[in-house]
Amino acid sequence: MMAYIVRRLWQILPTMAGVILLIFFLFNVVGGDPAYLLAGKISNPEQIANIRKQLGIDEPYWVQLWIFVKQVVTFDFGASWSTNEVVSHIFATRLPASLMIGIPLLALDTAITVAIALGVAYVRGSFTDRAAMITCTVAQSVSILVYIIIFQYVLAYKFGWFPVQGWGNGFFENLFKFAALPILIGLVVSLAPNIRLYRTFILDEVNQDYVRTARAKGLSENRVMFVHVLRNASIPIITNLMIQLPGLLVGLFLIERFFSVPGIGREVILAVERSDFPVIKAVTIYVALATMLANLAADLMYKAVDPRVELK
Amino acid sequence: MSAVTVNQIGIERSPGLWALAWKRLMADRVAIVSMLIVIFFLLLSLAAFFGFVAKDWNREIAINYAPPTLFKDSHKPSSDLKAGAVDSGPAVDGAAAKPEFINDRDPLRDTINELKQQLGQSTGAAVDSGIKIVDPLADVMIELRKQLGRTGDGAAKVVEEKRLDSLPLGADKWGRDVLAKVIQGSETSILVGFAAAIVATIMGTLLGALAGYYGGKTDDALNWFYSIFSSIPYILLVLAIAAVLKQKGVVTVVLILGLTGWTSIFRLVRAEYLKHKARDYVRAANAIGASHARRMFVHIFPNISHVVLVQLSLHVVLFIKSEVILSFLGFGVPVDVVSWGSMLNESQNELILGYWWQLAAATAFMAVLVTAFSLFTDALRDALDPKLK
Repeated sequence: MMAYIVRRLWQILPTMAGVILLIFFLFNVVGGDPAYLLAGKISNPEQIANIRKQLGIDEPYWVQLWIFVKQVVTFDFGASWSTNEVVSHIFATRLPASLMIGIPLLALDTAITVAIALGVAYVRGSFTDRAAMITCTVAQSVSILVYIIIFQYVLAYKFGWFPVQGWGNGFFENLFKFAALPILIGLVVSLAPNIRLYRTFILDEVNQDYVRTARAKGLSENRVMFVHVLRNASIPIITNLMIQLPGLLVGLFLIERFFSVPGIGREVILAVERSDFPVIKAVTIYVALATMLANLAADLMYKAVDPRVELK
Repeated sequence: MSAVTVNQIGIERSPGLWALAWKRLMADRVAIVSMLIVIFFLLLSLAAFFGFVAKDWNREIAINYAPPTLFKDSHKPSSDLKAGAVDSGPAVDGAAAKPEFINDRDPLRDTINELKQQLGQSTGAAVDSGIKIVDPLADVMIELRKQLGRTGDGAAKVVEEKRLDSLPLGADKWGRDVLAKVIQGSETSILVGFAAAIVATIMGTLLGALAGYYGGKTDDALNWFYSIFSSIPYILLVLAIAAVLKQKGVVTVVLILGLTGWTSIFRLVRAEYLKHKARDYVRAANAIGASHARRMFVHIFPNISHVVLVQLSLHVVLFIKSEVILSFLGFGVPVDVVSWGSMLNESQNELILGYWWQLAAATAFMAVLVTAFSLFTDALRDALDPKLK
């Protein structure tokens, strides 16, 4: 087990090196000299000269690359070009808001979609099943933008059930007041694709022999579906959850932007609008790292869920 | 429809994969309807591309925010502007909420819009109240304005032909026809979706074929390349590239989406090539002296092309959705190109003022196309690979 984890971590290194190279290529080679970008934003020429020196713009590419690698390893990307806020501080202060929306969303989404998917898979082929699938297909076809615009307008602006936007200071104030509508919208958007996906996972299991055996033994339908089928279908479901996990940090960027939630996603949008390269570089690198670690965690969880899985 | 042919000896040839798939597709009513809708949208966007329809979407033919014909009576044309902001409901402080609601927007643009708004209103009012401005040069000016398009030149705006007070799908804040705009938007979104899907499919298939067919070092290198792209969340990578590439254009968007979205195609095609390369027909091709390239693309590719086709179809939908989000954020197509995303962006603020038709039009067009395309893709997959069902 330990050997497996160490080997997997070791395998992350070349991929991480590739990600660093890709980001370096994008921002230092394609992006070119930041002085052109900064000229309109920073009036103080000394500051621009300082940033150029920090990035080693006048040095050959391999020196610049080395500077970049050092930044990644030491978590030190310097300060934002627009607000002068230190990038690591941006991470530390924006992460809680993103997680406050993301974690409840993921938990509620999983509970609701698994329940509905089990239900429609149980009555597969029936009118209910087909109606649910058609509803999901149509719901999936409407852009997330439309959901946000309409929900924000109707529920917050017209009816006043939720604040139109904003973020407070208290934990419970944020969770129940400001995060409520973003979570609701996130749920509406993610239900349709996840129900469809989980339904196919469950359908793969319900025709297996062990299900027939369980029924033949006289087990209740509840036990067959919730214990026998669900446990086996949970392997692909866990994979899907783990894949979604790092995406939570940026995936909610549209919702965060509309509701002015001070999260990582909104920070990315602002950074792209302002050509704030240090922030974009840092977010991309660390989210990629988080994705690789989440994949490893998913593989380890297979082992926990299914003892037949051999980690090699 | 049936592709059964009789060869010279008189034995019936069994129908091929494509003939069978076509037969299965034609037996599926949902598939036929969705295919017709998709074809309709394709023809519409081609017609718009070649300028047969919606060529004059940029012309201001109606009063500002002219309502759709069906809802003409429920909306007063111009005095709604202030009313909309005030009747925001008791729980939300209307005065405070409104500026906050649009605070992500450029204040300068708002001022300009405000000015245009007033300008347009006064013109509209003057024409409406029946005052005909007698100007010998009016026709020339109108013709000039038509040729120049909407240049934002205030002087040219003052003289204007009679504007309509309603349109089938209403008008936007400059009085442009929403129907023409949404057709233009379909053209942009569909063109970008297809072009990006083709780029991604070619790239994914080519790399997947090389990796799966050659294996070994080539496979390792390409897998490394794949793992880099797949470890960065798709939308984050798209945004990062959009941040670096400052010159905007339709081609840029196509390249951004296409060059980042090839990963899932790569994985599937690679797996197919791994499976096929050891099969007897490929070894036979080797025995008769077929080159590697010939074996890869003449012998194996036709046998996996159904996988590629389904992926192409899936990615069109994915990229249409992505383009809408990118253009909404202003990182997509340039401002002078109308897309569903830029329409949604405009409609966000119109909605607060009570003008919902641009939002409705863009949403409905997009939802119909994407639903039809998704259903068609599902049917295509079932028809090409009946084992999956």
